[in-house]
Amino acid sequence: MILDLTQLKLGQKGIVAEIQGGMGVIRRLESMGIRQGKKITKISAQFLRGPQTLKVDNLQVAIGFGMARKILIEVEK
Amino acid sequence: MKKILLIGNPNVGKSAVFSRLTGARVTIANYPGTTVEFTQGFLKIGDEKSTVIDVPGTYSLQPTSKAEEVAVQMLREGSLVINIIDATNLERNLYLTLQLLESNIPVVVALNIWDDTRHRGIEIDVEKLEQLLGVPVITTCGLSGEGIRQLITRLPEAKASGRQALSDAQRWQEIGKIVEEVQKLHHRHHTLLENLADLSIKPLTGLPIALAVIFIAFQIIRFVGEGLISKVFEPMFENLWLPLMSRLSLFLGTEGFLHDILIGHLIDGRIDFGLSFGLLTTGLFVPLAMVLPYIFSFYFVLGLLEDFGYLPRLAVLVDNVMHRLGLHGYAIIPMILGLGCNVPGALATRLLEGRREKFIAATLMAIAVPCMAQIAMIVGLVGQRGGQFVVIVFSVLILLWLILGMLLHRFLKGESPALTLEIPPYRIPQVIATVKKLWMRTEAFLISAVPYVLLGILIVNILYALKIIHFLANVFSPVLTGLWGLPAEAMSALLVGFLRKDVAISMLGPLNLSTKQLVVGSTILAIYFPCVATFIVLTRELGIKDMLKSVLIMLSVVLIVGGLLNLVLLPNL
Repeated sequence: MILDLTQLKLGQKGIVAEIQGGMGVIRRLESMGIRQGKKITKISAQFLRGPQTLKVDNLQVAIGFGMARKILIEVEK
Repeated sequence: MKKILLIGNPNVGKSAVFSRLTGARVTIANYPGTTVEFTQGFLKIGDEKSTVIDVPGTYSLQPTSKAEEVAVQMLREGSLVINIIDATNLERNLYLTLQLLESNIPVVVALNIWDDTRHRGIEIDVEKLEQLLGVPVITTCGLSGEGIRQLITRLPEAKASGRQALSDAQRWQEIGKIVEEVQKLHHRHHTLLENLADLSIKPLTGLPIALAVIFIAFQIIRFVGEGLISKVFEPMFENLWLPLMSRLSLFLGTEGFLHDILIGHLIDGRIDFGLSFGLLTTGLFVPLAMVLPYIFSFYFVLGLLEDFGYLPRLAVLVDNVMHRLGLHGYAIIPMILGLGCNVPGALATRLLEGRREKFIAATLMAIAVPCMAQIAMIVGLVGQRGGQFVVIVFSVLILLWLILGMLLHRFLKGESPALTLEIPPYRIPQVIATVKKLWMRTEAFLISAVPYVLLGILIVNILYALKIIHFLANVFSPVLTGLWGLPAEAMSALLVGFLRKDVAISMLGPLNLSTKQLVVGSTILAIYFPCVATFIVLTRELGIKDMLKSVLIMLSVVLIVGGLLNLVLLPNL
């Protein structure tokens, strides 16, 4: 099943399936280690459509809500 | 002279390695973007002296941001690159490494934060990595200095690898292969720090933690600052310096031009360090006994928070609020630095992406974020009339910060960009590094502030003697007296405020103001214009056109807010 990052529950793991965005967004996320095929864990979500934090490898990255919606994650049902 | 560039991702410890290599003193902290300016130092190997340049962190050599553009430009002039890698995030860091290797400049790789790999369950085969990359790889720990000597000895082995340029996809594939071969991960349990890290970024626990951190930080700053003033500095001035100055005053005949300049005016026949306004009395008392203790305590607490790695988490928690001001959460960093001194705050607006954001952040900071020197004086002077009045001044500034931010966001074209921010792991601050940084910042205050304070007081005395202040006070009295309800003499404080805000506020002391006038006066001095040092940096960062706009906003705001406070909001104070 494919969800976007904002739809993941806290602590849920998944694999990045697709990043929907322009070259700029993709590059920016890739340089922080978020790219297709990477395993991620969602760490936190701030209230009121605030930033979402995920863990990839040894790194935590916080991503604004709008951008987080463009990150599609394959999760196990 | 050879140019050695330190290049790496943000927050991998470039500045720590830099200061180890060169002995130069730079600010090191645990958050991405600590270094926003190029810093130069020198390294002597044998008889050969090289320039070492600490390049601000960059993720790649594709120029997508200004920082990266400059890094690429630097690369053309460099003769050697030390690529600093965070050993606990090998894969992501190697992207930049491969790009560097493709660019045909001699490279040495420093596998930094090496001490952290073991307890994170990371095992890296360094020899293999060296083989695969084709350049020397040295394990280092910038904070403790481990491996730095070896790094220096192996610098001559640096060579251009002549790798052919790859596409993005190919590069990641290559990195995948390398990591697969050299890195082994072992399972391990969450450490206490990691649990704490998770708790402080989840909103349910993170928000209370943030409030607690801010509250405790505030209490420590007050406790240490007040303690130093009442237990150390005031007694020192009263018991040691006052007798000397009293004798000097007698010697100079208790009045006259020289007496006024050095000692100032006697208040009821004796020297008053706060009110006399001589170079050797108020000129030393204000920076040393009133401001320095707070500078020290503020930077002590800030240093701990920086090195521990708390600030990026705070940025995530306040992201929502900041978006209403047209900024994102990371704009809290320039604001917090601005609380110490507006100059580093202004420099830190470089962390923000766009011109609009920089403009909003810089304007808000200049208007509504008083520096610690100013805060200390407001607390010292307004606080004499009662703590509630200090609260009024700061509440006005906080409200102003919010309202003005919302207005700027509403009326400036454009959107606030989304936050993408690396959250570093918590690290226990290293005592020596933290103390060094505290000393560096305190010293910077002493060196840059004390001469300006003295200059400010000298100028005030001269302007008074030449009656220039009387003239200006008359010209501006409609605003000063009519709108703000201040005596015309307050003009001198506004003038000196261009130079030093702390001196400006201390000048309200001898004017015998009512409490209301004191509150209005301090608030106005905070808002109306940045001090000259901040003004110069802001102009450089924003450009003249945006700076002019910003100044127009400052002046309009101070007219409105001063008038509102005086005529409408504080009628019965």
